[in-house]
Formats: sequence, C-alpha cells, structure tokens
Amino acid sequence: MQGVFEEKGPSNRYVAEKEGQMTQEPIRLSGKKTSTFIDKVKELLPDGGNLNLCLTCGACSSGCPATGLEGMDPRKFLRMAALGMDEEVTSTPWVWMCSMCQRCIYVCPMKIDIPRLVYFARQSWPRETRPKGILGSCDMALKNDTCSAMGAGEEDFQFVVEDVLEEYREAQPEFAEMEAPIDKQGAEFFVNQNSREPVTEPDELLPLWKILHTVGADWTYGSKGWAAENYCMFLADDESWKHITQTAVKQADDLGCKVFLNTE
Amino acid sequence: MVKSVVGEENFIDMVPNRSNNYCCGGGGGFLQSGYKDARLEYGRIKDEQIQATRADYCVAACHNCHAQIHELSEHFGGHYGVVHLWSIICLSLGILGPNERTYLNDDLKTVNVFHPETEM
Ligand code: SF4
Ligand code: SF4
Repeated sequence: MQGVFEEKGPSNRYVAEKEGQMTQEPIRLSGKKTSTFIDKVKELLPDGGNLNLCLTCGACSSGCPATGLEGMDPRKFLRMAALGMDEEVTSTPWVWMCSMCQRCIYVCPMKIDIPRLVYFARQSWPRETRPKGILGSCDMALKNDTCSAMGAGEEDFQFVVEDVLEEYREAQPEFAEMEAPIDKQGAEFFVNQNSREPVTEPDELLPLWKILHTVGADWTYGSKGWAAENYCMFLADDESWKHITQTAVKQADDLGCKVFLNTE
Repeated sequence: MVKSVVGEENFIDMVPNRSNNYCCGGGGGFLQSGYKDARLEYGRIKDEQIQATRADYCVAACHNCHAQIHELSEHFGGHYGVVHLWSIICLSLGILGPNERTYLNDDLKTVNVFHPETEM
C-alpha cells in the first residue's frame, strides 16, 4: 500500500504503523444491504462525488493525518459506507477528527470526495449531539449580526478598535494617520477578523493595520459580519452557515466594497 | 512572500509541500471539538515535518493553524516559534512594536524594535 503513493518525510513509518494496527480487525457485515446514507450523499454531489469509483488503492489513507484515530481511515470509512454500514458510518466520532482538509481528494486517482461524505455524516448527527464546543460557537455566532463565535457585539468591537487605534497613533507617531474604519462606505476592501484578536489579544490587530496603511489600501471592517470564523460550517448546519456568510456578504455589498478579504 | 521577508537563505520549506502538504489539524472545527488528544495525534505528522526542517520559526497564515501549531510546538517539545505572517512582515519593515511580539521567541524579542520606549 505504501508503494503506491510514496510519501517523503518522517511520517511514513508512523502512518504505516497506524495502518498495520488497524487492519487486524475484520469488518463483519450483517448480510443484508440496506444502504441509504451513501446513496443520499451521491444524489447531492456533482457526479455523485465519484463515491462508487474507489480502487481501494489506499493513497488517501496513507497520507491522511487522521488515519488510525478511532480505528478509522478515509478508505475504510468510504468502504464501510459503500457496504451499507450506515449505523457505524453515521455514529463514529471520527467524522469530527477528519479536518476536511481535502488532501485525500488531491491524491486520489479517482478524485473521490471523501470529506463531503464526512460532512454529510456530521450532518446525520442530531444537532444537539454534535460536539459541544462547535455547537456552542455556532449558536453564539447566531446571536448577533457580528457573527462572532465569542459573542463580541458591535459596540464591543467598535470600542476595542477605536481604543487600540488611538493608543497606537500616539505611541507610534509614524502611524498618526493610520485608520481602522468600521462601515466605511465605498471602501475597496472588506476585511474580516478572527474574534480572538479583538477579544483576547488586541495588540495583534496592529500588524495587519500597519501593513494595510503602509500599502495605502482603502479598507473597512463591517459593524455586522466582521467576525471571520464560521463554526456553523464545521457543525455541518447548512442554514446557519448560510446565514452567517450572507450576513457578512450583505454588509460588504451594502458598503459597496469590491473585494472581500478573508483573513481566516 | 516569506522568502522576501526572511531572506531566501533563511527559508526552509517542509516536505512534502504545497498542495501535497499535510493539514495541521486546527481546521474543520477540530480546535473546538473537544477531542484534544486526537487533535494532537493528528498534528504529529505536521510537527514532525516542522521539526525535520530544524527551522527556528514556523509561519502560519491563519488563526486556526497558528493556535494548533503553537500547541504542537509545546506538546511535542519542539519549542519552535509560531508566528503570524503579518508579524514577520512588520518585523522586516522595522515597524513591529514591543507589544506586538507575543509570539516571537527571545532571539527576536529585541531585534529591530519599533518605538522600544513604549514597551508595557
Ligand atoms: S478513495 Fe481514492 S485514494 Fe482512497 S482508496 Fe479509493 S481510489 Fe484510492
Ligand atoms: S479530508 Fe479528512 S479524510 Fe481526507 S485527508 Fe483530510 S483529514 Fe483525511
């Protein structure tokens, strides 16, 4: 299996070991194929996500950092889904350990979309049973239009930005003219920001502002939709994901910004 | 961009790189999922890649990666620095103040400080 896709670097042996451990347990089938999960996913994806084209070559698993976690790996996950093991596929916590990085698609000779299969498996979990941290961050972001997963409101954000800006304009006079506008009509760039900076480490806002100032960029934050993180996407909650994206995009459009600069 | 900031001779790419590189494991909601042990185990490959370069710093472009790789550096004992791209750009331009250096290690804390008198 390793020979098919030769990886360089120190992790080769490690992945091989992990795979070795995993292959010891045979998968037993109930005999009757009652698959619906993978069929439903196929209907949703362009070209069915190529989900029935697997050659079982193992290139995906040999280069997946999540291989071995929960005794699972991408090829095995796909095989189990193809064999109709819906119960296992839709209950394994492994779907929260695949980061949906898409490396497996990149190396797969058949370009099989395993991360989308993972995404729909996440979605099959009743919402309230999905990981608390992701759920809480999504719900928090839905509470107000800033979309901040840390719950920072419009006024909190404005206060921090203005306060820090003023302090630095004084302390570093070369940047006395620097701006960090919120809702500047007609700015070219709409910039968003991970909540962690304004909430926990405001000094980290400065380097970005200085770069934008130095290159003469015409930019703005939005009072709504400034928060860059979107945990509703990771939660596999389509409606909420869409709501958050739309809130930010609408603000950028209302301000007449030409470019949406996502810093996350 | 990184090469022009740190100097061509100071840039060491990891192997594999570009589209063939490995995810650090901070993404996809992993940081908030509660599966901390699994997340660190996932990141082992990334940490080995970084340590193999023997570089003093790893540059991260987004906040999720920064948080995860920073934790990997401590957890696996590599103790390489993990910096945001914006910090090293400002450092190279000579406009990085003393209070904007949280993620620089001691070797760079006092290098080319912009308005050192404003340190808090
Ligand atoms: S999903 Fe692709 S890479 Fe993985 S085993 Fe099947 S064909 Fe190979
Ligand atoms: S998307 Fe998931 S399964 Fe594919 S390589 Fe990344 S972590 Fe592994």
